[in-house]
Amino acid sequence: SAADRNRIHPNMAVLGPGPASFRFGSVLLILLILSGSSWTRDVPTGRNDTRPELNRERDGQNRDHGNNATKHKAFPVLELNYDYVRMPFEISLWILLALLMKLGFHIIPRISHIVPESCLLIFVGLLIGGVIKAIQEKAPVMDTKLFFLYLLPPIILDAGYFLPIRAFTENMGTILVFAVVGTLWNAFFIGGMMFAVCQIEAAAAAHVSLLSCLLFGSIISAVDPVAVLAVFEEIHINELLHILVFGESLLNDAVTVVLYHLFEEFSHADTVTVGDAFLGVVSFFVVSLGGILVGVIYGVLGAFTSRFTSHFRVIEPLFVFLYSYMAYLSAEVFHLSGIMSLIACGVVMRPYVEANISHKSYTTIKYFLKMWSSVSETLIFIFLGVSTVEGPHNWNWIFVVFTLVFCLLSRVLGVVGLTFIINKFRIVKLTKKDQFIVAYGGLRGAIAFSLGYLIHQDEGSKDTRGMFLTAIITVIFFTVFVQGMTIRPLVELLAVKKKKESKPSINEEIHTQFLDHLLTGIEDICGHYGHHHWKDKLNRFNKTYVKKWLIAGERSSEPQLISFYNKMEMKQAMMLVESGSAAKLPSVSKKVKRTAEQQSEPTPERMIPKISKTREAEIRRILRANLQNTRQRLRSYSRHDFFMDPFEDNMSEVRFRRQRVEMERRMSHYLTVPAKQQETPSVRKVWFEPEHKVYTYDKNESTRPSDSAALLDESNQRADGQSEREKPTRCLSDPGPDEEGSCFLPS
Amino acid sequence: MGATQTHSEYQYENMVGKTGFSTEQIKNLHMRFQQLSGNEKTLRREHLKNIPALANNPIKTEIIEAFFDKRNQLDNELGSYEEIGFEEFLMVMSHFRPLSIKTSEEERTAMRRQKVRFLFNMHDTDGDGKITLEEYRKAVEELLSESGTIGQEGARAIADAAMLEVASTNVPNLGPDDFYEGITFEHFEEILKDLEMESRMHVRFLDMNTANLRCGKTSS
Repeated sequence: SAADRNRIHPNMAVLGPGPASFRFGSVLLILLILSGSSWTRDVPTGRNDTRPELNRERDGQNRDHGNNATKHKAFPVLELNYDYVRMPFEISLWILLALLMKLGFHIIPRISHIVPESCLLIFVGLLIGGVIKAIQEKAPVMDTKLFFLYLLPPIILDAGYFLPIRAFTENMGTILVFAVVGTLWNAFFIGGMMFAVCQIEAAAAAHVSLLSCLLFGSIISAVDPVAVLAVFEEIHINELLHILVFGESLLNDAVTVVLYHLFEEFSHADTVTVGDAFLGVVSFFVVSLGGILVGVIYGVLGAFTSRFTSHFRVIEPLFVFLYSYMAYLSAEVFHLSGIMSLIACGVVMRPYVEANISHKSYTTIKYFLKMWSSVSETLIFIFLGVSTVEGPHNWNWIFVVFTLVFCLLSRVLGVVGLTFIINKFRIVKLTKKDQFIVAYGGLRGAIAFSLGYLIHQDEGSKDTRGMFLTAIITVIFFTVFVQGMTIRPLVELLAVKKKKESKPSINEEIHTQFLDHLLTGIEDICGHYGHHHWKDKLNRFNKTYVKKWLIAGERSSEPQLISFYNKMEMKQAMMLVESGSAAKLPSVSKKVKRTAEQQSEPTPERMIPKISKTREAEIRRILRANLQNTRQRLRSYSRHDFFMDPFEDNMSEVRFRRQRVEMERRMSHYLTVPAKQQETPSVRKVWFEPEHKVYTYDKNESTRPSDSAALLDESNQRADGQSEREKPTRCLSDPGPDEEGSCFLPS
Repeated sequence: MGATQTHSEYQYENMVGKTGFSTEQIKNLHMRFQQLSGNEKTLRREHLKNIPALANNPIKTEIIEAFFDKRNQLDNELGSYEEIGFEEFLMVMSHFRPLSIKTSEEERTAMRRQKVRFLFNMHDTDGDGKITLEEYRKAVEELLSESGTIGQEGARAIADAAMLEVASTNVPNLGPDDFYEGITFEHFEEILKDLEMESRMHVRFLDMNTANLRCGKTSS
């Protein structure tokens, strides 16, 4: 309102100097007020009685206009037409507020160490909900459609696209057991026990039927991926535990969907026969496998499309997003598991798409996914807070307390019992500490809440729904606040293994592959068709058939080791270029020349400045030393890690130069290998032209439209001196628009 | 027949102690050994080469060599056999035993060392205790051997880079005139320490039953 606006301006003037956080806090406050007041701008029709001042104002305006109409109507220089932009304005305001909150937490470091972000966001949501309630307005509640169709998919896609495949498949059995059997156990145990509780006199809830309780149990039993992600990513726990809990939270969606629909249907039906129960089991397989199938289909489509996008690189990221979103929506059409579909799509699409798209598209995809999922997560938690204040509540002490108790109990029992069975089949057993973390990490979140909202009114009475919702919210709050806050000190206390901050090493990559082949070979010698045998078969199938179809050009036959190596080299090169020190490196060549003369084999004549093995090796070294992404290009599937990515950080020039100098020193001596050790040294050269053109590329080597840091190989195998003459240069930094396609990174 | 049976039972017990396998596993492996060797008492390289499933494996030669490498036996001499008996076969297989939950810390370290040693021996073909640049290059080339000529040049660069990495992580103060001769066993252990070999390098011997043993039979 105009009155508000007038009030704000003087405040702004006051915000002069002062500590950043204070200024920031006051901006935040203002935004809070703004957002609160924006909700007062409700639909003009029908609210005349409750907002007298507003009406008076409007009437005043009308009167003004009316007066003007009788006179000569002046041209309206400034008009107010809020309704026109109302919807997008409010949405943007909410999102902006959410993000500012997030920013604010990081400015106040002390709190963010103790309290996980999700808690803070819920708290803010509570505040806003309280403010809105105080203004006696209707708050935006977490509409189920909004949640499932708009807020959830980005988070799941982000998780699925960057899923660490190796860890996931290695532990697939365990994850599936936890997800399916664990969730089933939870649902039935909680449902059954709550029904028993409802029968108690004191609960005053005897009208709740068994099916309703089972429905309630199925809603609350599922571990929530959003909450798990939010909490676990801040504690940097080791990969095994992370993938166990996270994988479980993703895969139990199928179970939740089936159970929810099952019980809902049953509660409308009169009788439940054994046939119905059997159909329920069948529907579980249909839902999960169907969802995966849908995802795979869209994934293959996406990969196939990306094969042809070399001429129109700008829209490549869009294809990835749209195909994935379509997979989700298509699965939801048939009541299949949308989450599993989305995950399957991302997982299937990724290796092929990454081989096809340009580096810029890859970066775009990475950034957009992280951005969207970040925003979504923030919004979800804030909405959760707001909806808590708003939602229909029916506080029933006994029901709520017992729900909480049984949730914890069933989780612990489930995990311990299942681990006992699983450990018989696992090579790397789960210790008691692991079990504790897995049990403790079973957080509930917004999915449970939204599903609760979905329960129809005619379930029983309105009170039942309210009671359920209250219980659900309490459990969510408890798990997120209490468990979320205490898990970090507990992890420290129990000395649980943390995630290794390791840089990708070409040695590790080599030996991992070597080991794979070795184990496959041993399995073959034993005559035993085990894990490695089938994995090898799948890889072979992938290489001979699938890659040919889905990857453009010659990239399809590139072995993984070479792509990995090329990626590293390219990154190094880019960093070198970005540091702008390309032109200054020839100082090294002096040393190299000297040592080169000592070598017994003559170095062939070169036309161009002599940066040879040294330079190349130096690049490699620099890169490796500063690289923090992983061998699959992005091990960080967490948003928090992502922000720490040094490649995107501004590296301090000084540090970089110092490292480089040091490395130059080390490089040259290793590479001055005495002649007796090698017959034909393959001297690889990187040719640096002063300005912005950086890489040479030998025409003979490959006709790939995309590129690797194709370094010349000067080994004697190359009989033609052609290599020296024609070297079309490739620009790395900022090509013109028409060259977009040719300039970037292989994978 | 009766005499040989008790004789082999006695031998089995002996091997249980040496290799850590259970009697059941040893029996299964013995059956496989006899299948591979065509019921002879010793196994030769040709027997292993004839396994059809192994044909696609890029490091087939190294794997086969490992069976005949004397260093992988308990005595740790140098050189290689021409043919091996069941005991040697079992000894090599024992490097791939999985951990059990009851393994103590020292046993874990010992097992890891044993497995890493096995890998080291596979690379260090001339037995001088170091993996030189040439040997490493050869290993990488084999890994990439399925991809034709691109593989060869790429292999060289990759092997060079890898050696460089080992050199710089393990010998940080390499002077300007020093020369890094090759990867020693300690350095090798160091670069692989993050991979946790003791839990990764294993094959499930439990699941073998005789029915499976008929697949992948050698030449009829």
